[in-house]
Amino acid sequence: MSALLQAEGLDLRFGAVRALDGVAISIWPGEVVAIVGESGSGKSSLLRVLAGMQRADAGAVLYRDAAGATHSVLDASDAALRRLMRSDWGFVHQNARDALRMEVSAGGNVGERLMAAGDRHYGHIREVAAHWLERVEMDPARMDESPKNFSGGMQQRLQIARTLVTNPRLVFMDEPTGGLDVSVQARLLDLIRGLVADLGLAVLLVTHDIAAARLLAHRIVVMRHGQVVEEGLTDRVLDDPQHPYTQLLVSSVLAA
Amino acid sequence: MIMLQAQGLQKSFTLHLQGGIAMAVLRNVDITLRAGECVALAGPSGAGKSTLMRCLYGNYGCDGGSIHLRHHGAMVDIAAADARQMREVRRDTLGYVSQFLRVIPRVPSLDIVAEPMRARGVPLEEARARAAALLTRLNMPPSLHGLPPATFSGGEQQRVNLARGFAAAHPVLLIDEPTASLDAANAAVVIALIEEAKAAGQAIIGIFHDLPVRERVADRLLHIEPVCEPA
Repeated sequence: MSALLQAEGLDLRFGAVRALDGVAISIWPGEVVAIVGESGSGKSSLLRVLAGMQRADAGAVLYRDAAGATHSVLDASDAALRRLMRSDWGFVHQNARDALRMEVSAGGNVGERLMAAGDRHYGHIREVAAHWLERVEMDPARMDESPKNFSGGMQQRLQIARTLVTNPRLVFMDEPTGGLDVSVQARLLDLIRGLVADLGLAVLLVTHDIAAARLLAHRIVVMRHGQVVEEGLTDRVLDDPQHPYTQLLVSSVLAA
Repeated sequence: MIMLQAQGLQKSFTLHLQGGIAMAVLRNVDITLRAGECVALAGPSGAGKSTLMRCLYGNYGCDGGSIHLRHHGAMVDIAAADARQMREVRRDTLGYVSQFLRVIPRVPSLDIVAEPMRARGVPLEEARARAAALLTRLNMPPSLHGLPPATFSGGEQQRVNLARGFAAAHPVLLIDEPTASLDAANAAVVIALIEEAKAAGQAIIGIFHDLPVRERVADRLLHIEPVCEPA
């Protein structure tokens, strides 16, 4: 077995700001890795670089596909990246509206990804879409409604259904529960936890929510000022933090 | 057969938010654990018994020393293992019943107990049946099996935790205060579970403040002395 995605020496500058400063990270099949850190630590930039949405100034990102072929994400053409995003990857945005098409029905939002992946049978697409709405705990009877009618939590669940319908091997998630009510967050986290375990997905999760990271992640990567300051088993990083910044981060969490 | 051998374990904590104070907790701890035996950690409160357990489980990182564990037939130094190796070790070889259950929201007790078996590939129905049998044996009525333990009493949560720890039958099991909030009838069940695990060849390291329980299950005591010098 080898890593699904492996990155080394990533540098990225925005003017004088070093968003990424020599970052190395890897993710293995079936592994959930949380990238935590405060706003401006570079965690979202890292996710965008790994997913090919942002070019780094230096470094390498290698993705190994199901057939064992290696793709250099930083050198891939836009068309090749779109192909990977359709077939192998998924991306869950913090704001569901960035991913959903609001003028298309809920079922259409899910079915669209299947069609992009080559499915042409309308009845089958509709059936799979209904199945996925159920898996994310939505009423399939609402599949013809516009997502505009949905609450924030439901839109996020729809985005997750849309992402997972093509059976991705690697899912990038950027603050998937950010901006939602706490009760909605808990249900969504539990939904994600169940789906990830059932499907054996590899997930790279960016979050500033330490409790979410503890619940979902096998491994934690702590970022500060564009650098990885600490990483390891989730419970070890949170219960025996070594770096001063990680100690600050962990000690700042309110116990419910 | 030696299942676990720790040598020269060291652990200190550096509190960066308190001006970098260093506290030495473990100094040169050695343990040898064989299949089918139970070693009880003894020593005053604060001596580092729970810290040692957490180091053995990889929850705390050691500053020095080695922990060789028989994993998939070979001795592996888990003090030097990376996160992925440690996950595999915890799935297949090393179990831990902590003092408190860390509750996962909305997950029914039955699935919490079945989860370590599921991770090892035991089919769902079989894992649930074994989970239900263990919960029932620990006097948890079937009406509670489908509920998340968040609203349970301390003793009920501890029994869910114990069922989860014993269900997976790891070759090496770490148990921290298994009877602390249990009544005599449930403590007797725990004693029986430990004796059965030993008879089946499982090796156990435990902390038992309940001395009659310790007398019953422990083959040897390992004294942990508080470290008095600074780190």
